Amino acid sequence: MQIRKKGMLVAVAAATVALVATFVAPANAGTSSAACANVGSGYAVNKGATVEVFTSVVGDELSRYQAASKDFTACTGITINWNGSNSFESQLPVRVAGGTAPDLALIPQPGLLAQMVATGKVATPPSAVTNNVNRYWSKSWRDLGSVNGKFYAAPNSANLKSLVWYSPKQFAKYGYTVPTTWAAMLAQSDKMAAAKQTAWCGGLGSGSATGWPATDWLEEVVVREAGATVYNNWINHTVKFSDAPIIHAMNTVWGWMGNSKYVGTVSTIATTTFQNAGVNIPTGGCMQLQQASFYAASFPTGTVVSPTGDAWVYYLPGINPAVTTPVEGGGEFYAAFNSNKATQEVQTYLSTPQWAVSRIKAAGSNGGWLSANTGVPNSAYSNALDALSAKYLADKSSTFVFDASDAMPAAVGAGTEWTQLTNWFATGASATTIAKAIDASWPTN
Amino acid sequence: MSILNRTRTPKRAAKGLAESNPGRKLLGSKFATITVWTIAALWTIPTLGIFTTSFRDKKDIVTNGWWNIFIHPHLTLANYHAVFFGDGQSGLTNGVLPYFINSLVITIPAVLFPITIATMAAYCLSWVKFRGSDFIFFFIFALQIVPIQMSLIPLLQLFTGGVHLGTVTLIPKLGIAGKFAGIWLPHTMFALPLAIYLLHNFISSLPRDLMEAAHVDGASHFTVFRRIVLPLSVPAIAAFSIFQFLWVWNDLLVALSFSAGTEGIEPVNAKLAGLVGTWGSHWEYLTAGAFVTIAVPLIVFFSLQRYFVRGLLAGSVK
Repeated sequence: MQIRKKGMLVAVAAATVALVATFVAPANAGTSSAACANVGSGYAVNKGATVEVFTSVVGDELSRYQAASKDFTACTGITINWNGSNSFESQLPVRVAGGTAPDLALIPQPGLLAQMVATGKVATPPSAVTNNVNRYWSKSWRDLGSVNGKFYAAPNSANLKSLVWYSPKQFAKYGYTVPTTWAAMLAQSDKMAAAKQTAWCGGLGSGSATGWPATDWLEEVVVREAGATVYNNWINHTVKFSDAPIIHAMNTVWGWMGNSKYVGTVSTIATTTFQNAGVNIPTGGCMQLQQASFYAASFPTGTVVSPTGDAWVYYLPGINPAVTTPVEGGGEFYAAFNSNKATQEVQTYLSTPQWAVSRIKAAGSNGGWLSANTGVPNSAYSNALDALSAKYLADKSSTFVFDASDAMPAAVGAGTEWTQLTNWFATGASATTIAKAIDASWPTN
Repeated sequence: MSILNRTRTPKRAAKGLAESNPGRKLLGSKFATITVWTIAALWTIPTLGIFTTSFRDKKDIVTNGWWNIFIHPHLTLANYHAVFFGDGQSGLTNGVLPYFINSLVITIPAVLFPITIATMAAYCLSWVKFRGSDFIFFFIFALQIVPIQMSLIPLLQLFTGGVHLGTVTLIPKLGIAGKFAGIWLPHTMFALPLAIYLLHNFISSLPRDLMEAAHVDGASHFTVFRRIVLPLSVPAIAAFSIFQFLWVWNDLLVALSFSAGTEGIEPVNAKLAGLVGTWGSHWEYLTAGAFVTIAVPLIVFFSLQRYFVRGLLAGSVK
């Protein structure tokens, strides 16, 4: 007994030292002119204030947010407490309803933003934020941060979904080229199939969010075939899942990702996790994977992600020539839950190009952070993948659409659409059956 | 000493029962032993899979199954290193070790509070006769039905806003959201119904003669509770402590909801959940994290397990 007690004491003591070491952080926040030069002018000094930003970003990426806001803290004295949680989507409504709302929340789904605005707890942003957003973002982004025509939330980062991962090394080995039209892409896939290669791989598994990659495939095809108007009407359910354009798009998806010639056993797509779907791309075990820019993090360490390396991306080509450069993306929006001076200062800073550049710098050559802020020069990106993605996002001629499942009501976009499309791949049920099941679950009010 | 004596007698009785009971004979046969071992082995396979995965390289994990470790043993401690000390990509610079203290600071009081209150309440409900004691016991028992998920938001509102009827403040705001007390309280509240029920069953089965003898000697209720009931209830208290410790230690929901985003009070589970990264691309850390966090409950369980079966039986089956 004596020995065990002693052992525990030592463990407790060691852990206490570690604890103290972690929480003793330098607290010498003050104004510094060098930092202020990077931040921009017009911010009041507010020493000792702390503003909490609640976000779904965790891990490495969260610490880059912390690094990126250092200059702001040094200049204004306001500490930004970046607080990340994997269960952000379920925690935020609990915290808002329970009276412990964060100062700012970084919301990735316009649907969730609308739900928060409906609680009446979201504060109207100060005019400085509105001015920045009007100046630096395109109208489609401003609209996404608005609810019922009233602007609430400035965009933060953006991500590009319209990408196909492939291995430049493997493509060179077999003499494949990057296709620029949908028909050429499928023709080349036929060649791969004839050579007994797996032309496409996919995975829908993602814990409680299983099914979302399939919503992206469908969205990509809908915007490519029918254009942005039908796409946006689809989001507000004026165009139903069982209407002709969506059924047509579903059949196109089935001829592509549901085609056993390209993917092998179709039902395995439903049971593979999205993180594992493309891990065999570098070795040629699978040739192509449609997945967003952030998939780069899922390759095993040591994978060279470059235009001549083990893995790289090409732009998923268009289908209907009338729809110019269709681009599907996602993004996040800053909603404030109070109008405190410090909260508004932070909110304003986060809507500036200075912030975006600082965040891009914090990501360094690893990349993984894009902004659709037009005040950010493309030269700010030191990561080639990000620069390529940013080029498509900032392209004025492109047809930009936001991830439809994130914009639809959560009951569908984060519910039945996920489960029914997973069901589709698992069982091979007809597109009409699946579409009708999703339509039936659309909230009535 | 009296506890030891008490437990020896039922053992002897059980032996006699086994000899006369054909069902017991069947369970003692070779066939039964083999069945039990097979089920136990099957049950352990997923855990074994996670355990071996925690020692594998990410590249191996995503390309082939965990059983390959027996054919090509290529072990690495990288996952454990990431969990303890961060992964060098500045993700979790200090690892999860500091949060073990938070977990302990949350768990230990959240075990002691309900046990203390429940033991007293159980004694009172079983040995102090007053009007309505049966109704109160039944009411507390029925409270077990309330699911924790349903009460998260009302409880949080109580902490941050209090209860008002018009302009009259019935309960002032407690202001403990985002403090340790704000996590201890919900855990205590949700543990009490079951704790009182289990301990009530145990304490009410103590011999009446003991209490009466003590009362004749002039002992007050408090003396009886402290000198007789408490020492005799150690097995039941220990059994419930193990339960409660495991529940609170493994809890993520209450901790996430009531820590209200205060970084300094998050338990180790909340931090581990974040290790996977925003896009879930580092799930291999979770395998190592799982074994790191179960270490403490295992120590608690093995050091108290001799009370476990005894205490549970004493509380529920008579």
